[in-house]
Amino acid sequence: MEEIKPQLIKITFDGIEVEVEPGTTIMQAARKIAEADESQAALVPPAMCFYKPLSASGGKCRACLVRVAQGSAKDPRPMPKLVPSCITQVQEGMVVENTTNQNVLDTRKSIVEFLLINHPLDCPICDQAGECHLQDFAFEHGSAKTRYEEERRTFDKIDIGPHVQLHMTRCILCYRCVYTADQITNKRVHGVMNRGDASEISTYIEKAIDNDFSGNVIDVCPVGALTDKTFRFKNRVWFTKPEDAHRDCDKCSGKVTLWYRGDEVIRVTARKNTWGEVNDFICNTCRFDKKKTSDWVLEGPSKVKRSSVISANKYRADLVKKPDFALKLASTQFKPIDDSRPYTTDEETIRHQSIENNDKANHRSLLAKNN
Amino acid sequence: MARKILTEHINVPGIETFDVYRKQGGYTAVEKAIKTMTPEAVVEEAKKSGVRGRGGAGFPMGMKWGFLAKPEGVPRYLVCNADESEPGTFKDHHLMKSIPHLLIEGMIISSFALGANKSFIYVRGELMYVIRILEKAIEEAKAKGFLGKNILGSGYDLELVVQPGGGAYICGEETALLESLEGKRGNPRNKPPFPAVKGLYQSPTVVNNVESIANMSWIINNGGDAYAAIGIGRSTGTKLISASGHIQKPGVYEIELGVSVEEFLNSDEYCGGIRKGHHLKALVAGGSSVPILPANLIMKTAAGEDRLMSYESLSDGGFATGTMLGSGGFIVFDETACIVRNTWNFSRFYHHESCGQCSPCREGTGWMEKVLHRIEHGHGSMHDIDLLVDISKKIEGNTICPLGDAAAWPVASAIRHFRDEFMWHITNPQEASQPGAVYQGEMALV
Ligand SMILES: Cc1cc2nc3c(=O)[nH]c(=O)nc-3n(C[C@H](O)[C@H](O)[C@H](O)COP(=O)(O)O)c2cc1C
Ligand code: SF4
Ligand code: SF4
Repeated sequence: MEEIKPQLIKITFDGIEVEVEPGTTIMQAARKIAEADESQAALVPPAMCFYKPLSASGGKCRACLVRVAQGSAKDPRPMPKLVPSCITQVQEGMVVENTTNQNVLDTRKSIVEFLLINHPLDCPICDQAGECHLQDFAFEHGSAKTRYEEERRTFDKIDIGPHVQLHMTRCILCYRCVYTADQITNKRVHGVMNRGDASEISTYIEKAIDNDFSGNVIDVCPVGALTDKTFRFKNRVWFTKPEDAHRDCDKCSGKVTLWYRGDEVIRVTARKNTWGEVNDFICNTCRFDKKKTSDWVLEGPSKVKRSSVISANKYRADLVKKPDFALKLASTQFKPIDDSRPYTTDEETIRHQSIENNDKANHRSLLAKNN
Repeated sequence: MARKILTEHINVPGIETFDVYRKQGGYTAVEKAIKTMTPEAVVEEAKKSGVRGRGGAGFPMGMKWGFLAKPEGVPRYLVCNADESEPGTFKDHHLMKSIPHLLIEGMIISSFALGANKSFIYVRGELMYVIRILEKAIEEAKAKGFLGKNILGSGYDLELVVQPGGGAYICGEETALLESLEGKRGNPRNKPPFPAVKGLYQSPTVVNNVESIANMSWIINNGGDAYAAIGIGRSTGTKLISASGHIQKPGVYEIELGVSVEEFLNSDEYCGGIRKGHHLKALVAGGSSVPILPANLIMKTAAGEDRLMSYESLSDGGFATGTMLGSGGFIVFDETACIVRNTWNFSRFYHHESCGQCSPCREGTGWMEKVLHRIEHGHGSMHDIDLLVDISKKIEGNTICPLGDAAAWPVASAIRHFRDEFMWHITNPQEASQPGAVYQGEMALV
């Protein structure tokens, strides 16, 4: 019998026409474009809370807001507000503006600013450096400075179970770990306490997260709030080499990534797809107890995204495709750097120059404060 | 005296009891609806009446009922929103405690119209004594055969449950209310799906305000057309207004929509005017979340016509020179009120009440409150004013539920109309941060 295929829906996303199945969200449609042509990856709206494998995630962080310039072919009116692309389903003839809409980009910038109010910008110190979605989001969409001058919230680090440490100071309340705990573990003891900017991720009083799948909350956390106690601050991701591997496991699929430093397995995580999501969650035995190469059947080096910090220079602006208007702006305000200066090798002069530069910098920041 | 629909019998001694309420003509609308009408006909009357939701947004009630999905074999629910937590709004509380049977009667008629066999009244948790009053009234109605199985021998069953709320303003937002009713944390849901399709326990649900539902007994007794003849234009019927602040007679008043703001403020039938020896400085017409207006924009619309107490007239001029009827919380400020302090106070409320799910509201409400706190306490700087406007713009329209807008509007409108007062606070920090200090500039002299 011939398979009946659902009729495809045609939409326009940033001027690109794409056909998708009914029920697809705008975000999935954008991902589809990028999956077909990797150079379009920058078109995909950022997601801080949405996580496809976790049901009910999405709609919270507002990082992926887009403008729907035409609702559908039947009803061509634009939607009155920006809509979250991760949970909004496409309609036949929908026209979506993402990087082509200045309001969307401005809103995204302000979402970065909001998220960075209560998330410290200490990427060089944070254990998530190089693997942090907020770092990427801020780099690609944020502004170099914040207008926030008030006191920020801080917390002590706490162990929430034998394997996981929580540092609430870094949490951006994306709820991913809550959904993970809810959907893939039994006897959930972990959730959100309080409300507004006093909300915290917490466990019931004195309860530890202690079940076979607890380690997965680490993988889903987009920032450095939930960390692996066996790995945290032992290394940096760019010094490691990920290898795909598997083993026979009676609790999970046993499909993992082993993170090598030299010959040593220093961390085991679940495998992530192009969008940084885990499809097969893994058990704690695989994650925390199997750290010898002999425990595993190696499959070969993990596919590292071109944009990953492991492929080096992730944070060089030229690797990130900027929307057109930014390039135009850059071309009008471009100032070439004068690199014809001779190199100084004399130590005395270097010392002198650095003191002078420091003074200038101090002066500048004083001026900025007084203005 | 203006016509009364909801409060006509409110002062009759013993009206909170079934017998007295019945003697005043109570429950005749239930009899009429259940014995002589089809559910569709009741919905039709609601549509004809043009009554708009009294919870704040003013969406036509009959139209909302018409959206209710009716899949086979799935229960439908009616939920009455009696959370009422908007600062300045206290009308539902007044109605429920004084004349509880009016709401119960409305609940029976509305549930019948929607085909709901189990309905809920979600009451602000703090109002324990109101919950007891309602529960007692439900018992009475049940004993008389107006609730429970086979109501008036019609074969229609209805169970009515009173549920204490979660004690948070956000639990008044309809989807957060449903979460809370299901026993979960009161976080708003993403929409769509709307409650009319997937509401309580994933079933089609209508959420309506107390006052909206309480109108139903009059509408059924007198007909939707008679209701639509009261009021003005698309603002049909009457509205309860809770009046507070610097007026002679604070309280809850029932007005015919279309009374002028001036009459409502100054006549002895209603507020009785500003406190003796003082004059009007500013006014919030629809509860703390709607934009505040200065005295010179309150009485006349942009076109120079008398501003009326109606959805259209109050919002005439958009946010530049208008405001909203909202939930009818009429808060009056005379010249002794400090707008900066009040804005900070409102902002403190929204900061405290944000549920914290979405980033713009979670982080933005706190940020605005802190900046306002600084300005009020003499530590502000000039660029803080534009910063506040910008933060409010970045919250507005970008959040899951309208609490974000509710937090943004009071701040944006206060700055729009009273910028010089904010500037005075910043340029005269010593003086402005004294207790009771108030700007005596142009605005205060209108
Ligand atoms: C933060 C927030 C709080 C609300 N609180 C209430 C409330 O206490 N009572 C109420 O009737 N509606 C409240 N609403 C409006 C409800 O979401 C909903 O629109 C209303 O109950 C629908 O009833 P109506 O159509 O009869 O007005 C609130 C909305 C928001 C965003
Ligand atoms: S701890 Fe991490 S995963 Fe959990 S809510 Fe916070 S940021 Fe999200
Ligand atoms: S707007 Fe505020 S209250 Fe509403 S869902 Fe977002 S954080 Fe919660």
